[in-house]
Formats: sequence, C-alpha cells, structure tokens
Amino acid sequence: MMKQISINVNGVTHTRSVEPRVSLGDFLRHEIGLTGTHFGCEHGVCGACTILVNGVSMRSCLMFAVQADGCKVETVEGLSHAGAPLHPLQQAFRDQHALQCGFCTPGMLMTLIELLSETNNPTEEEVRDAISGNICRCTGYQPIVEAAMQAAKAMREEKV
Amino acid sequence: MARQIGLSVERLEDPTLLRGGAKYLDDLSLPGQLHVAFLRSSHAHARILRLDVSQARALAGVHAIITMEDLEAYLGTVRMPLSASPTKAVAPITPYILSGREVAFVGEAIAMVLAQTRHIAEDAVDLIEIDYEPLPVIMSAKEAIADGAPKVRMEAANNVLNRMHVAYGDVNEAFSGAAYVFREDILQHRGCGHPMETRGVIAEPRMDGSLNVWSSTQMPHDIQTNIVEILGIDDNALRIITPEVGGGFGPKYCAYPEELSIPAAARMLGRTLKWVEDRREHCLTAVQERDQFWSLEIAVEADGRIRGIRGELIHDQGAYALKAVNLPYNSATAVPGPYMVPAFEMKVAIAFTNRVPASSVRGAGYPQAAFAMERLMDLVAKELGLDRAEIRRRNLIPPEKMPYTKPLKARSGAPVTYDSGDYIASQEQVLAAAGWNDFRARQAEALKQGRYIGIGLAHAVKGTGRGPFESGTVRVNPSGQVSIFTGAAAMGQGIRTTLAQICAEQLGLTADKISVVCGDTGLAPLGLGGFASRQLVTAGSTVLLASREVAKKAKKLASHMLEAAEEDLELVDGKVKVKGSDVGVTLGELARVLKGAPGYAFPPGLDPALESDVKWQTEALAYSNTSHVAEVEVDVDLASVKITRYIALQDVGVRVNPMIVEGQIRGGIAHGIGNALFEQMIYDETGQPLTTTFADYLLPTATEVPNFETIYRETPSPLNPLGAKGVGEVGTIPVTAAIISAIEDALAPFEIRIAQTPLLPETLFNLIEDSRARGLPHA
Ligand code: FES
Ligand code: FES
Repeated sequence: MMKQISINVNGVTHTRSVEPRVSLGDFLRHEIGLTGTHFGCEHGVCGACTILVNGVSMRSCLMFAVQADGCKVETVEGLSHAGAPLHPLQQAFRDQHALQCGFCTPGMLMTLIELLSETNNPTEEEVRDAISGNICRCTGYQPIVEAAMQAAKAMREEKV
Repeated sequence: MARQIGLSVERLEDPTLLRGGAKYLDDLSLPGQLHVAFLRSSHAHARILRLDVSQARALAGVHAIITMEDLEAYLGTVRMPLSASPTKAVAPITPYILSGREVAFVGEAIAMVLAQTRHIAEDAVDLIEIDYEPLPVIMSAKEAIADGAPKVRMEAANNVLNRMHVAYGDVNEAFSGAAYVFREDILQHRGCGHPMETRGVIAEPRMDGSLNVWSSTQMPHDIQTNIVEILGIDDNALRIITPEVGGGFGPKYCAYPEELSIPAAARMLGRTLKWVEDRREHCLTAVQERDQFWSLEIAVEADGRIRGIRGELIHDQGAYALKAVNLPYNSATAVPGPYMVPAFEMKVAIAFTNRVPASSVRGAGYPQAAFAMERLMDLVAKELGLDRAEIRRRNLIPPEKMPYTKPLKARSGAPVTYDSGDYIASQEQVLAAAGWNDFRARQAEALKQGRYIGIGLAHAVKGTGRGPFESGTVRVNPSGQVSIFTGAAAMGQGIRTTLAQICAEQLGLTADKISVVCGDTGLAPLGLGGFASRQLVTAGSTVLLASREVAKKAKKLASHMLEAAEEDLELVDGKVKVKGSDVGVTLGELARVLKGAPGYAFPPGLDPALESDVKWQTEALAYSNTSHVAEVEVDVDLASVKITRYIALQDVGVRVNPMIVEGQIRGGIAHGIGNALFEQMIYDETGQPLTTTFADYLLPTATEVPNFETIYRETPSPLNPLGAKGVGEVGTIPVTAAIISAIEDALAPFEIRIAQTPLLPETLFNLIEDSRARGLPHA
C-alpha cells in the first residue's frame, strides 16, 4: 500500500508515493538522494540523523516519511551550496576541527542550528546540553563546543 | 621551500563533509542493485537441524536466498582465509563465510537474502524457518580452558587457541631476592570500537568478468587478497574501493565474512549487491576487545625499584579468529612500558568462548597493559608509603639510556627498542601543569566539606608506525595539479591533508593544490592500510621521499629548459625558478614535457613522467610516550564520577599538522573515558548479548567528557625521515589507568582498591557499600 506525500525539503517540494513504513531519513537519503543525513543507530540515540521539521529538530530515523507530509524539512544540504561560502557554523566547525570522519557532523550541525536559532549567546554548558543526544566517536566534543561558541559570536556580529 | 610541516593547515576533507556531500558506503546506489540481509544465529552455540527457506523465497521481491550449501558448491570452501598473516591458517580457527552445521556465537551468519529492497530482505529473513539443537555455551575464558570444559566448537580439539610464553631475565632470582612482592588480580574489558558509520559492502560484477567491491574498511588490500584467494578471480579483474569512511577504531581492521559472501553471491548471480550493517549487527558481529583476566606479581627492592614482574593473562578470543591473533601478545609484551623491568615473564592463554571474535579496538591491547602496569605502580606506592609520582620516577627509563632495548621481540622479530623520548621530564612537566604537589591540600580542604576529590597519574608508551612498508606515488599532472596515490586508508583522521602537506612542502605548493587518493586497489595496488597508528610514519615517509624525488626531477628538467644549474633553482608557487629572478617554468609545463609526445626524445638523462613511486620500509617501531593526569570528584552516595580536570602530555615526535594531532589525542582520550567508566558489551549466561543499542551500550557524550589540557613534547624519531611518531591510539592508552587511579585516590578514606575496567556505577556503588559495611570511612 503506497501513500502519496509532499514534503518541502530545503525549499524544494518533492511529491512521491511511499510505503508507510519508510522512515523520513530513508526517504531523504534514498528517495530524493539527499545522503547528507546519516544513520548511526536507527534507534533514536546517536543523533546523526537529526534534521529540522518545521524548524524543530527531529530524529529522522524515528519518524515516518508519511508523518512529514506537508511539512517543511531542513537538512545539512540546505546550509550552504558548493561554491558559496560555508554557513558560519560550518566554517566554525572547520576552523575548530570539530569534525574528523564527518559522520556525526550533519546531525551535530542541525542540532546546533536549532540551538542558535533559540539563543545567539549560549553558554558552554547549554551547548553541551544541546548536543548531549548526539554521539561523536572522533572528536571528544570539545572542538564542537568551541565551534558552536565561535559560530554564535560570528552570527551575533553579523546581525549588528 | 615554504614550510608546510608543522602548520595547522585546514583540512582538505572538510568542505565536502560539512555540506553533506561526501559519499559513505550507504550513500552509493548502483543501477539494478539488490539489497542483502542476513539470517544470523540466535543461539550462542547450537547445531542447525533444519533450515527451510521456501516461504521466505516465495515472498514477492525476494530474488534469491543463499545458504552455506550454495556457497560451498560455488566456491569449494566456506572457510574464511586468515587475514593479515604471512601464512595460511593451520587449524580451523577462522569463521565460516556462511555457517550451516554448527553456530558458535549469536550473530553468526547462516543465510543471506537478496531482495528488491532492504525492507523486503529483512521481512524474508523473518520467514526463514530454522531449528536448532542447543549445545553447551562457554562464556568465561577462565572456564573455557579448565580441564573437561565443554567445547566452544565441536570441530576444535579444545578451547585453547594458543598459549604464549613471553619472558626475559632471571625471574626466579628477581623474586627470591626481593625485599617485597605484591600481587594483583585484574579484570579488563574494553568493549566495541563503534565507529559512527557501521560496516557495509557493495559488490558489482561486470559483464566482462571483472568485479568492483566497495567496502567501509581500514584494509582494502587484505580484502583484495582474500577475495582473490576464495573466488579465484584474476587479480586485475578485481578492484576494492574504499568510499568515505565514517570512522574505523579497529572494527574495520578485519576482513569479514560479509566481505566474501557478498562478492561471491554477486558473481554467482551476476547481480550488484549491497549490504549495510545496522547497529545491532555491529554489536553482534564486529570485533570487540573483551575480557582479559590478569594475575600479576611484582618484586621490588626496599626503595621500590622494580626487580621483576611475572604473571598470567587469559584472553577471551571469542569463537573464531579473523586474523593472526596478536592482541594478547601486544598486551603481554607492553606491560613493562616506560619502566625498567630487569626480569619479566608472562604466560598467556588465548581461549575460545561462544562470542563474536575479538580483535583490536583503538589501542590494540596496549591500554590493558598500561592499566595493569600502572595499577602495580600504585600498589607499590601505597604499600611502601611513597608518592605515586616518586615510585614512577625511580623506575622510568631515564633519557640517557635512550635508545633503550628491551629483551623482547616485536612481531617483526626485531628487538623492542625505544627510539627516543624523555619520560622523566614528561612526568615532571605534566605534574607541574597539574599542580600535583598542591593537590593534597586541596583534597583535605574538599574533604572537610564532604567532597571526595582525587588525582591520578599514568604513563604509557606505544609502538607506532608498524611496517613493513606503505606505498605512495606522487605525480605532477600536465595541468599542474598534483596527485598522490597511496595504500594508506583514510578513515576520518585527516590523512589526506597530512600527506598533502608533506608533499606540498617539497614541491613549493600549498596542500590544497594536491589531491590524495587512498584505499583504492585499482590506483594503489599495494599497501597495508590503517592500523597501529602507522600511516603518518609509513605513508608520510613514503610521500616525503617520493616528493623529494619529484622535486629533484623537476629541477633537473628545468635546468635544461632554463639553462641554469640545478643548485640555482628553487621550487616556489608551483614553479621551478632561478633563485632571485622571475625566470621559471611551471610544474605543469615540466609534467607536459615528461608526459612525452610521439617521436620526440626526452632531454638527456630524463625518463618519462614527473612522478615517483616509493615504498618506504621499516622493521622498527617509533615509540610515542604519554603522561596523563586526571582529577575526579566522586559522589559517594550516587557512585557517580565526574572528571573535573584532564591534562594530557604526549611526545608524538614531529607533528605535521598540530590541529589534526590535537584532534586525534582528544578523541583518543574520550574513547579512554568510555573504557574507564561506561563501555561494556554485556552478555547473559546463555550468550545472549544484552547491550545491542546505544541506550544499553553507553558511549561517552558531551556531558561526560571534559575539556582537555594538552601538552606536547617533540622528540623527533630518528627512525624515519619525518621524525614522526604515531598519534591515533596514543591518547587512549593511559586513560583508564589515570582515571581509576584518581577515583581510588578520591576514595582513600573508604580504602577501596579498584582492579577492573570499566568501572560501572553499580560496581563502584557496591565497592563503596562494602567499605561502609566495614565501618569506613572512619569518623
Ligand atoms: S540514526 Fe537516528 S538517532 Fe541514530
Ligand atoms: S566526526 Fe566522526 S563521529 Fe563525529
């Protein structure tokens, strides 16, 4: 049994027929080919699959694509385009060496995008708390925290 | 020659990774691919009585189901070759590619379903009917080697894979003449590697008989050898390609059954197949570093100087060995570490158990050795009433003894020789940074407020840069762009950037002008891959020498073209220039000349291509050393441990990219924190794994990992032209020892002795309760 859905991903609307059991993450990755969203566990703990649904962070492994019918979804691919400068948060990740293998990175970025949309002046503790549901095996987290602080500062200064 | 080595150059890998554009294995999708799911054993030990795939086969969308019998008929064997070994396996110790008669651990693959979608493949797995006859299960390595123990596998003679005896010096004399002898029993477990990207394989058979295999691996060349051996395919018809790899940490160091069953089935059916391991499968089937039971004795002089160490180690190998078993050998031989130990003896028993095979996780047996040795040092300090730093100072190898040879043999057969490093100065420096001498006052102050704080110190040395070689070709293309092809494996550590930097410095370029291809057997047919913190030393030295050759050749040709002496030329900004002038020729122009044109001769003394191919060799290991201090606070009611400060000093020789080195060290320490406090692969007595999600198997997260203070000493290794020493595992090795020592120190009033890792909260809680029952702490 297929169900037709329409999801706006990074500003583009995709209409597809999907099986109800297809997760939103699988839909993004394999139906529309946006493979930047990663699966590290497929059971809701690692946070690698984090995306924004109507501006709120969600684990795309725990949500069915059909549940996102009519929603606005943002993924890592929407942050900046090849050729254009990196988003300030992406740039901060590069400057602070906040990624190694890069597998957790899209989820980290989207989680922090949400945090930075709520506060442009987070404390280090708030950052650690925000990413406490995202596992990174490579970095030891400290550079990710530093990157978030750098990005917050850059984004504050951009606004002024 | 503008300096590149030593600069924190931004990583070449990052922009693509940050934009979500990198292609990891599951991001590849090939036309006509079928998806694979495995039926895996639900028993830790059983005979398979009946396997019926008819219902599963009938499911719409299922293309085929392959069992051991099918594979055996096609391949003539279903036994894995022994990987990473110069010789073939002599006894039946390797796993089956698919198992059909007897299964020996939960997760062992029995049948593979090939279907239109992953969903259908998994549905079909559930429809396979299988009857098992349960057999006795052996979960404890200690029980496994006891007389009369039931066998882990019926086909094996017994449960002992191997016994090893490592010894030097007069151990009996060391103990009989000792002022004191102390003993300690230790249980260590390190758990899983858990890269955030799991394993995965794609196999694409082509009409012309060739086969392309993509695998998320640290070892593409090992997989190549295995597939050729098992499939009998022409070497030239097979290409292993490593896509972007989302972390290695050991589990991707082995060549696995799936890396043979999937290519074999793909060829058998002429279909492209794709399999991506899920996290549960990773917990069930990827190698782990599990239980090691240590019993140790140390003999010391009255002043605490070590006379000798002896002991036994029982190592849980699991049901099979995927490759030559060297993890317990590493553990046993690494015990003396940075210390002078005149006499030494370890008896090692490697036991089969009904669990997934064990193999290296970041650190590869060294963290256990460091933990054992550092526990002994703490024990001696306590018994003799000495400061823990002082006992170490008396026993550390002093700098004037470098290079220091231990009468032990490395795997290459060469003696273990520490090439360089000043361990005593390292200790002094880290203690000064930590304020070690003031800590007792702070601790007493805290205790008055009812807070239990403690400090711990641990050292380690790590043999890095394992040979015998790594391959590298450096080529300047006529476009002026430079390519490096190497057998080294990129798995997220930034090796491409590091190699590009090394090359760039020689060619007068910046790293971003260089592209590096790793882990593709079609482009670098020879190589060893990523393990043992080896690639900076081996591939780095190779690329350095190859780049020097290319620079030399460029100057030689330019000297013809510019009519200038070679000594008057320099490489700057992509050009060979006459020093102090604007006259020059670009590397691209030089490459175009050496590319050749039909019928035209090369200038005298020059041969084709502006490139060089080097395979730098080494037998020796470059020894990195590290000294860590941890501070903790323990909440004695909740038995929770907070790491309040962590200072890590390492000497990893010359740092090519200090930013990348720092990243490796921090990540390594975080892994060690997991090993000290959280990570344990738990099984019940029937062999069922209980920790198969990240909700049950705990990895450290941002709220448990503190900020680290790092210090670097840079003693260049004399053993390689870079002066480099390996980095990747170094940060991990002393961490458990430093943290547990700090916890014990914090709980001194409870007189608790901790001799195990990981120290889970319930274990610590019980230790504290036991002390309280004994009336501790004294009021
Ligand atoms: S993949 Fe969704 S939380 Fe891990
Ligand atoms: S960068 Fe590899 S898991 Fe975070």
